[in-house]
Amino acid sequence: MKVVYCDVLVIGGGLAGLRVAIGVRQRGLDAVVLSLVPPKRSHSAAAQGGMQASLGNVVKGAGDSEDVHFEDTVRGSDWGADQRVVRMFVETAPKAVRELAAWGVPWSRVRRGDREVIINGQRVTITERDAAHGLVAQRDFGGTRKWRTCYVSDGTGHAMLFAVGDQAIAHGVPVHERREALALIHDGSRCGGAVVRDLVTGELIAYVARATVIATGGAGRLYRVTTNAVICEGIGAALALETGVAALGNMEAVQFHPTGIFPAGILVTEGCRGDGGLLRDAAGHRFMPDYEPEKKELASRDVVSRRMAEHIRRGGGVPSHFGPHLWLDITLLGRAHIERNLREVKEICHYFLGIDPAKDWIPVHPAQHYTMGGIRTDHTGESTTLRGLFAAGEAACWDMHGFNRLGGNSVAETVVAGMIVGEFVADFCQSPRGNLDLSTALIADAVAAERAALDALLASRGDESADVLRAEMQQAMTDGVGIFRTGADLEAAVARLQELLVRSRRIGLRHRVDGPNPELVTAYRVRRMLKVALAMACGALARRESRGAHFREDFPRRDDARWLCRTLATWPRPGDSTPTLNYEAIDVGAMELPPGWRGYGARDYVDHPDTPQRAAQVAATRERLAGAGREEVQQALMPFRHLLPPRLRAGNDRLPESAA
Amino acid sequence: MSEHRRIRIHALRHNPRDPASEPRLQTYELEEQPGMTLFLALSEIRERQDPSLAFDFVCRAGICGSCAMIVNGRPRLACRTLTRDFPEDVTLLPLPGFELIADLSVDTGKWMRALSERLAAWLHARQAEVDLSRIEEPMDPDLADRIYELDRCVECGCCVAACGTARMRADFVGAVGLNKIARFSLDPRDRRGDGDYYELVGDDLGVFGCMTLLGCQDVCPKELPLQTQIAYLRRRMARAGA
Repeated sequence: MKVVYCDVLVIGGGLAGLRVAIGVRQRGLDAVVLSLVPPKRSHSAAAQGGMQASLGNVVKGAGDSEDVHFEDTVRGSDWGADQRVVRMFVETAPKAVRELAAWGVPWSRVRRGDREVIINGQRVTITERDAAHGLVAQRDFGGTRKWRTCYVSDGTGHAMLFAVGDQAIAHGVPVHERREALALIHDGSRCGGAVVRDLVTGELIAYVARATVIATGGAGRLYRVTTNAVICEGIGAALALETGVAALGNMEAVQFHPTGIFPAGILVTEGCRGDGGLLRDAAGHRFMPDYEPEKKELASRDVVSRRMAEHIRRGGGVPSHFGPHLWLDITLLGRAHIERNLREVKEICHYFLGIDPAKDWIPVHPAQHYTMGGIRTDHTGESTTLRGLFAAGEAACWDMHGFNRLGGNSVAETVVAGMIVGEFVADFCQSPRGNLDLSTALIADAVAAERAALDALLASRGDESADVLRAEMQQAMTDGVGIFRTGADLEAAVARLQELLVRSRRIGLRHRVDGPNPELVTAYRVRRMLKVALAMACGALARRESRGAHFREDFPRRDDARWLCRTLATWPRPGDSTPTLNYEAIDVGAMELPPGWRGYGARDYVDHPDTPQRAAQVAATRERLAGAGREEVQQALMPFRHLLPPRLRAGNDRLPESAA
Repeated sequence: MSEHRRIRIHALRHNPRDPASEPRLQTYELEEQPGMTLFLALSEIRERQDPSLAFDFVCRAGICGSCAMIVNGRPRLACRTLTRDFPEDVTLLPLPGFELIADLSVDTGKWMRALSERLAAWLHARQAEVDLSRIEEPMDPDLADRIYELDRCVECGCCVAACGTARMRADFVGAVGLNKIARFSLDPRDRRGDGDYYELVGDDLGVFGCMTLLGCQDVCPKELPLQTQIAYLRRRMARAGA
């Protein structure tokens, strides 16, 4: 048996995984990164529009601060987020942008003087300040009160991934490419690595590590139409689920992005709307102001996608061979702006649609985009139930997004979580808790179990096709666990997925070799994906309210009295056909921002019984400290700074709001 | 009669790890669909006709650079190649210049990592430690845009596949390598100078190996200004080495 020993095993070579690996290397530990693909090909590269950080350099961002970013993120989450984690995040995001600047990311920069921009369909002139000239620029994004999204044209994720990937090489971080984790090695309370398959040779290898970090991204490929790369199959979540011990949080919280190009689902960035693009219907009418007079096209993604689907239901869609769609109009931004700041969008329109977005409207439809749920961790990134297992980025439910993530907060989370969790992983390894005491028999058994499962699959004469099961799963999720959900549709989806899970035990292969074999890969993955799909569908069926991206037509109100809680899904017995659901209360009494109206979307919700009291306490504290600095007020409401790793606790300098 | 064309994909099949495998072209026939890309066509072949066909796609949106292959004689990103732009017969070969994994799948990752290590292709910061609480160093907005212009390389390998020198010298750094040097030398945050870069690319395996055939410029999916960058770099390296 081949065994690789390391301090830290990072599963996933995207931004979060690479940044964790660099962090632990900087602390003198060995890290090995596993990646299905060369790390610079990871889905992080597809983040186009930018990352949120409250630098406030552009004039439309002046007055921004961690406080405003915090409130926007919590409102965006529909109060599902862990507010302490949101605070840790918004405090670290400016440092992440600055670190990346020091690592070579060519952030788009502020140019002093007048420039023309499009705001609410109107061309207006704004004047950038002299003092900000050359600093990192920000653009507008949905659900934010300030222009806060730092960007590199519309190739932000690419530029970030290459800079961080280059730094990983500079730090000598080994990346074992085309290797896939099949199972975590654990004894029921302590995780000690993973059983890994080489996708080229088929060989199984045990990776034994003091800390194991899952940074595998999202699960978009559980759906038929998604913006996600083909490798985003929720396998990291499945690895955790299959331990029977680690829990997945809020898997029913799935984001649909308003502007996937139709019908392929390829993303065009929210930056299109942030920069002034409009949504139009079959008649060419700009319909969003009819539904959302406050934020219009720039309400949060869950709200915009829902309004689009609603408008299509009312007959506003543009009919086509593939079904109805809507239009995204960026022609008003002008060719020069598009070719400078939206060039990926232009390329995508050219190659996939054969159109020129400077002249033509872009056919769009909401498409699955982001998995808010993931492996439930505490604020350090460690699983709350399986010691030594950590998660970071989209794979984690840390939980800074709650039930809806703001645009620009995910690529920001990757590097921020990487910085923070990397420190905590290193602390863990350098403390007695990080000592690993797993028997070699346990490791051998784990490898043998995967070997036996693969051999059985390769020998099976079963009558089910892995590709067919996968397609049926994607259809079931699309039909039942989409933008609009009902109890009846969710029950049907759960039943279909359970049937598929049973059928997946009878998968037979046409191609029976153990080397490079895509059919074998689909076969063992689809079984795992079905469990994650069931966690989503069962969580959605059980949650009888609407919150963020989880919208129940039969329970359209947010219900804080019953559902201000986090869903925890586990899979305790391998033979189970549904996950076991438990709930973790979210404490209103500890909130800095008690629940209320988000500022967009539905206005009616059921209050939690503790909300009025907490709101009164918060108001009293603010009144008592009127005149005190904003940090002092914040500290009195919800202390968080002590939770950050010491080297990330300092505040962030920025230009004074009054700077000229 | 069907309204759609029948197209034939002729794909190279070979598993170099299987001693019995002989390289051969295998033909798959399928019905073209509106907006069909090679990603969709190959996925359909794998699902309905031949589950063993190996190829690499990740983003399927022309962003990640995974899927470069030779399409009717020319290196391209397969995911954003529409079948309607081609005749009924499309021949697909794996990208030359890289280790073959199987069929249309090649190991660009290993090659690119080795290149980055050899060229020390990361930013060598002037300052050892940056205080992340402080306002970032300003940069001229036009310069930032010019750096991004070169930073857009996705390491797809098309330029290496199209390079005459790379055919003859397996260790040639290729346009991808020269572009990286041009990118870092443009960046004022990098402390290295032309003398340092000369040590890395001032020879026949670097900028002086380029024969100016410029297949790289013709095939770069990101339309990087490779010709100009190589010309400038050569002039500067000639000066640095004098």
